[in-house]
Amino acid sequence: MADFLMPALGADMVTGKVVQWLVAPGARVARGDVVAVVETHKGAIDVEIFLDGVIEDLAPLGVDLPVGAVLAQVRGADEARAASAPPPGAAAAATAPAAAVRAPAAAQPPAPPPASGPGASDSASRTPISTPAARRRAKELGVDVTAVRGTGVGGAVSLADVERAATSRPAPALPPAPEARPACALDPGPMRLAIAAAMARSKREIPHYHLAETVPMRAALDWLREHNAAAPVTARLLPAVLLIKAVAVALRGVPELNGLFVDGVFRPSTAVHTGVAISMRGGGLVAPALHDVQDKPLPRLMAELADLVQRARSGRLRSSELTDPTITVTNLGDQGCEAVFGVIYPPQVALVGFGRIVERAWVQGGGVGVVPTVVASLAADHRVSDGHRGGIFLGELAARLQQPELL
Amino acid sequence: MDESDIRRGVIAALTEVAPEVDAGALSPAQSLRRQVDLDSMDWLNVIVGWHRRFGIDIPEADYAQLSSIDAVVRYIAARLPAPR
Repeated sequence: MADFLMPALGADMVTGKVVQWLVAPGARVARGDVVAVVETHKGAIDVEIFLDGVIEDLAPLGVDLPVGAVLAQVRGADEARAASAPPPGAAAAATAPAAAVRAPAAAQPPAPPPASGPGASDSASRTPISTPAARRRAKELGVDVTAVRGTGVGGAVSLADVERAATSRPAPALPPAPEARPACALDPGPMRLAIAAAMARSKREIPHYHLAETVPMRAALDWLREHNAAAPVTARLLPAVLLIKAVAVALRGVPELNGLFVDGVFRPSTAVHTGVAISMRGGGLVAPALHDVQDKPLPRLMAELADLVQRARSGRLRSSELTDPTITVTNLGDQGCEAVFGVIYPPQVALVGFGRIVERAWVQGGGVGVVPTVVASLAADHRVSDGHRGGIFLGELAARLQQPELL
Repeated sequence: MDESDIRRGVIAALTEVAPEVDAGALSPAQSLRRQVDLDSMDWLNVIVGWHRRFGIDIPEADYAQLSSIDAVVRYIAARLPAPR
């Protein structure tokens, strides 16, 4: 028997509230399944479980519970149910009402992630990838997008896959899924307080240093223009994707920027899970992870980024996306300023910022030309690295962006 | 599809991405992206929305022409199959 605990969805979370269970008591769960929706100041978060077995004793809905509180018990597959084992305190009172509330969820269990989807890899097995367009169309057509076989990049479900699934579907259309999700309007007040708390902690605890480098972007933008000219609008890449991938690749040589500083010890991470700062409409900011950026091709990263932005804005992030970032990238984009001086999100130890891409007079080979450029900046933690190493990282980042075809 | 149908579709795709926008308050001749806070991902999604609604190809090289609501309506009208 193992406890499934209220996760800390970021350094700034103190309590959370289960607003929906997506599994019924007695259901079989596997690592990576989304089992509950927890409401936090970052919106309603799909919480994944990292245990295998049979889930029981679900915590009550709508109650503020501290991080680390027991939300459920998971019994190992071959573990016999201890008939007389008393349910944990919190869950005991909740069993009856919670079971009643859960009936609709039990009637429509979420489709489990495919055990080995097309193109399944370590990270692909987390969840079937689908593009936002595909999901929107699936909703319009009443198609269960999780049941569609993806033929896109990395096994992603594309718009065409959804439309194919809709036409090949047996005649009686599925009834439109009831609006099972709880409303998740974001109250900017709590989010602002949480950002303030995390940033105050960062400024208090992390001895920051800041570096910046102006990077010529001619090669990257030419490559991108050529790629996008040949691609339908739904497959075009944004510069942000090149920048994020270049960060992940450049980190290979400077591992002391990628990882977490916990209890006085830096724990480097071999995987690069890039937190991407996403501004919310109406104010606020969240920086959920793109997982395993170093291993993914650009089209797949683009699809995942589009999906992440869309879910962040609608308050539908997954718990691993909030707990896993090993570094953050903030990209001001084409409406932003020229440079950003970042504040590290603890317990991470670095943040990479990109300003707006700006055309500048640029000296090269003894002549002056007009070249698009971007200011790449690094905020990093002096407890783990120093400016010399940070400079090596920015130099490597600039070099990678001169060879976009290798990203 | 006449001009007002196109205009409705143009605005519908926009408010799908930016639901907080009050379409009535937009100046159709003024810069769209200065009036509506659209980052590059939003902008791409709006263009995908127009592409879907009107079934026309919008090459990246043409993005600069899509400066205002009026300009977008003109751009799309010129690319739809002629009526009649």
